[in-house]
Amino acid sequence: MENQSSDQQPDKITVENLRVFYQDFEALKGITMGIKANRVTALIGPSGCGKSTFLRTLNRMNDLIEGVRVTGSIKLDGEDIYAPTCDVVDLRKRVGMVFQRPNPFPKSIFENVVYGPRRYGIKNRVQLMEICERSLKQAALWDEVKDRLHHSALGLSGGQQQRLCIARALAVQPEVLLMDEPASALDPISTAKIEDLIADLKKDYTIVIVTHNMQQAGRVSDYTAFFLAGELIEYGETATIFERPSDPRTEDYITGRFG
Amino acid sequence: MAALTRLPSDTRFRRRLARRRALDKLFHFIFFASSLIGIITLAALLFDVFRKGLGWLDWDFLTSFPSRFPHRAGIKAALAGSVWVVGLTALIAFPVGVAAAIYLEEFAPRNRWTQIINTNISNLAGVPSVVYGILGLAIFVRGLGLGRSVLSGALTLALLVLPIIIIASQEAIRAVPDSIRRASYALGATQWQTVRHAVLPSALPGILTGTILAISRALGETAPLLIVGALTFVAFTPLGPMDVFTVLPIQIFNWTSRPQEEFRAIAAAAIIVLLAMLLTMNALAVYLRNKYQGKTEN
Repeated sequence: MENQSSDQQPDKITVENLRVFYQDFEALKGITMGIKANRVTALIGPSGCGKSTFLRTLNRMNDLIEGVRVTGSIKLDGEDIYAPTCDVVDLRKRVGMVFQRPNPFPKSIFENVVYGPRRYGIKNRVQLMEICERSLKQAALWDEVKDRLHHSALGLSGGQQQRLCIARALAVQPEVLLMDEPASALDPISTAKIEDLIADLKKDYTIVIVTHNMQQAGRVSDYTAFFLAGELIEYGETATIFERPSDPRTEDYITGRFG
Repeated sequence: MAALTRLPSDTRFRRRLARRRALDKLFHFIFFASSLIGIITLAALLFDVFRKGLGWLDWDFLTSFPSRFPHRAGIKAALAGSVWVVGLTALIAFPVGVAAAIYLEEFAPRNRWTQIINTNISNLAGVPSVVYGILGLAIFVRGLGLGRSVLSGALTLALLVLPIIIIASQEAIRAVPDSIRRASYALGATQWQTVRHAVLPSALPGILTGTILAISRALGETAPLLIVGALTFVAFTPLGPMDVFTVLPIQIFNWTSRPQEEFRAIAAAAIIVLLAMLLTMNALAVYLRNKYQGKTEN
């Protein structure tokens, strides 16, 4: 299923025969794939195909939902994240997440960004300020908010709030960034800014992005995985998936015949 | 296809229209009059109380102890007693109530047991306050041997207002959107950290409002404190939680049952003081709610 390419990057995350059940409903039916480090992997597919569920298994956010069962294995740097010895709190520090709708805390911009570091025990004001500036610059938001760090985050526009959420996720220095349709609630200009951001971020992070916008997947990602009804239909380099898909269902979806 | 039902002709339509409009106006009036009844009753009560008591309300009144002579009687003991008892009630009920709400909403599993507990708390909120008085008498006054003290009164009232605080706090916590919790978890926070730093700050206005309303309820309670042994004639202010005491509502009750007209008048004056305290607390609750609602809304 994976294309043999010249890309020598190791797999940051390896998924083997992953199945996810919501009570009796099988949402993911045996997914096996490897997510390459320092690359952008896009998950595409029609509504309800399981791509968001899959994303959530990578940082165990599905644990918060009642009645969820997970079998199979997911390994981060070779270690099974569902093993009883794995600390889920530490996992979520290493694997961060940005949600579909911006969800800043009703606090100041500064307090939002340093929320994670504070919880890890960093109290020094100077250090926190440094982290805040660095993260906001990484999220391309610093110039717009540097004069109002102590104003409420809720006063920002939608696009700014989403970039704030990205800065907040980056402040804990994760290794992997999961993004669940990060621009779907935003206007085209904010969307473009976020896409530029993603292209920049992959130098330092491994990024997995769920998107139902095929053009976006084509623009930002290196690898694309096509999901349908809980199954992984096809996975490979983005260019290949879009130009020479092997499976007819992939081709149908990409050309807009359904979904 | 069957013929469509024809609407009434022009003249019939106009006659019916007039009748529909008249009925509309009638119902407007009925609803308005119904709300007016409540307002008029309250206004009549306030008018009566102010007319009788305002003349007797002065500094001496606030700083004197009760006496056989209405002209020398004051609410100093009752006021101090109320402050002591209600203050202690708040100190006991607030942490316990909020902690219970946090547990029920954030930590307890969603199963039959939790549901039973929630239902029982709602029921407790409706139990007549007299029953709490009897409970307090058995457990605190006699059982724990605390006697007819401020502490017994405060513990009894704490039990009384606990369900109110728990329910209001639960609703405030429930009102915090899940997206906030998810954001916190996704950043690698523990459950307690999420509750403490993401949920509680948003829920605090609702919790405070509920607590203040619960306290104002405690301020007006008479029956449970009578049973627990609040005295009706106290000529000193409590010096500690183990002292005997009286409270404003009981003092008012005591004066209104005296035959002399003047005692009725100073009872009215005491009612004004009680109403002023209640009004201030409710105003504080509304102020806090409005202030924080602005902060957390988009």
